[in-house]
Amino acid sequence: MRIRPVGAHALLLDLTPPPTPSPGDATAPGGNADGGTVAGLVEAWRAELWRRRAQGDLVATEIVPAATTVLLDGVPDPGSTATRIARWTPTLRPEPTPGAAYPTPPRRSWSCGCDKESHNKTKSRPQLHDRRRESAADLAVELAEDLAAARSSAGGGAGDGDAVGASSGGGGLVEVPVSFDGEDLPRVAELWRVDVPAVVHQLRETEFRVAFCGFAPGFGYLTGLPAELAVPRLATPRPRVPAGAVGLAGPYAGIYPSASPGGWLLVGRTGLTLFDVTADPPALLTPGTRVRLVPA
Amino acid sequence: MTGGPPPAGVTGGPPPIGDFSAAPPRGEIEVLRAGALTTVQDQGRVGWAHLGVPRSGALDPAALRLANRLVGNPESAAGLEITLTGCDLRVNRATTVAVVGAEADVWIGPRPGDTGRPLAVPGGTVLRIGPARRGLRCWLAVAGGIAVDPVLGSRSTDTLAGLGPAPLRDGDLLPLGVAPGPPAPVDLTVPPSFPAELRLTVRLGPRQDWFTSAALDRLLGTAYQVSPLSNRVGARLAGAPLPRAAAGELPSEGIVLGAVQVPADGQPLVFLADHPTTGGYPVIAVVDDVTLLAQARPGTTVRFYGPER
Repeated sequence: MRIRPVGAHALLLDLTPPPTPSPGDATAPGGNADGGTVAGLVEAWRAELWRRRAQGDLVATEIVPAATTVLLDGVPDPGSTATRIARWTPTLRPEPTPGAAYPTPPRRSWSCGCDKESHNKTKSRPQLHDRRRESAADLAVELAEDLAAARSSAGGGAGDGDAVGASSGGGGLVEVPVSFDGEDLPRVAELWRVDVPAVVHQLRETEFRVAFCGFAPGFGYLTGLPAELAVPRLATPRPRVPAGAVGLAGPYAGIYPSASPGGWLLVGRTGLTLFDVTADPPALLTPGTRVRLVPA
Repeated sequence: MTGGPPPAGVTGGPPPIGDFSAAPPRGEIEVLRAGALTTVQDQGRVGWAHLGVPRSGALDPAALRLANRLVGNPESAAGLEITLTGCDLRVNRATTVAVVGAEADVWIGPRPGDTGRPLAVPGGTVLRIGPARRGLRCWLAVAGGIAVDPVLGSRSTDTLAGLGPAPLRDGDLLPLGVAPGPPAPVDLTVPPSFPAELRLTVRLGPRQDWFTSAALDRLLGTAYQVSPLSNRVGARLAGAPLPRAAAGELPSEGIVLGAVQVPADGQPLVFLADHPTTGGYPVIAVVDDVTLLAQARPGTTVRFYGPER
């Protein structure tokens, strides 16, 4: 892990795996080969930082998980905060390895209200000091080995992660009823070198997990598909993708919470409301949530 | 300043004594001319970025806070952010307003007013904010604040995510809250400056290693111009392209206010209040204070200065 300062009052935890020098191996074009592990690290750090903030150990207005990073914004003192974070180790939950035969999840569906952790709305406004904080720039902390050790001792992904998930937020299971009739299904089948029913079967049998949200309010990036099934975006995005459209792009699946332009390959649609400003939390698919696409 | 206004069409006559329990009536500000882009803004929608909800809020939060203080509001009250062409409003309740930001003419009915100080507005008067002569945006605070319903804790219009009230249109009616206190006894505030060339202090990173050293030299050594394509999401800049050292795609990561993102064409973009919460193009640097860009008209020269060099 590297901790990078980002501006005057933000930190970026960079969980990108360090490049492993392997002579003669010119692969790893997008860094997605190890995406499942990185997604697990990101989720573990997000949960840990959220917990630390709730305990009062961390002051940050925003904690934003993403593909390989966790952003902390609204940090009054990035330098000292980075030093403290470097000493922390996230509590890892067992996570099934994408693409492997995953353990059978408990057939228990949680409502979107499962993520009731505090949003810690008592914000302390970041103080915009002009003091230089470049010292934090040099802060590069190697926690990968510790994390790997913690992961292997956490149960090897064989168990039921619900207990951990419940305490760290996310981790609940949401079943999304989907009509698998997307217009890009034949294209996905071609890319995967299977037929359309096999694509649908794969999507229905995959347990996804919300790695992070972005792009639009309530849009969750769902990990869980094997890395070799990554698909490209449309060369020309559609000007309008309807709300509820289920799509694939890169290693991710995602569901459009509202109509918008979009370049993901569409495989289905759901009538579920994914983002509702009157709900708590407003997003149905919060980071860490497990997701299954079930027949509508 | 207390009690409700007379019912529409009824002039004169104080409200009934003791009638303080009624909910604030709707439609106390009538939008006669919305202008190019006028939006409701407050200090933003913070705390939801992990769900993909942008921060939004006034592009110059300090200017809106000042305007609120001038009319006796809490700093968190919602006002209007008025872009370039001004706007005309009929104010149906006697109140106090303040306009802070761009240099523009202000008229209260037939009388000229000043920016940067509290202005008493009799009920039923047309408040006219003219086009910006210098600068680009001004913020209007009204005693009591614009009382549209908050969305996720903020009344801000988010032009990217589509949250909060839609940008104002001619004929819209806006509710006002109850004025909380007397306006500040202020005759004069320091007017903003509108330099011909903006100096933006940046910190490099987090992805400066995705760029060649020539790109870093260009970023910190050449002038950029603010593009007409700029909006509340970001100030697009035009100038020497910033070549990448690393090919490939950056996995999506969190974006902060002021991030200088460099898309494929090499032309930098400085993220402003309605910036998305994650992005996939590398961020070469982060601007310390983006409020200067709120007043940067297209064509304004921008130079970046970094402590690292």
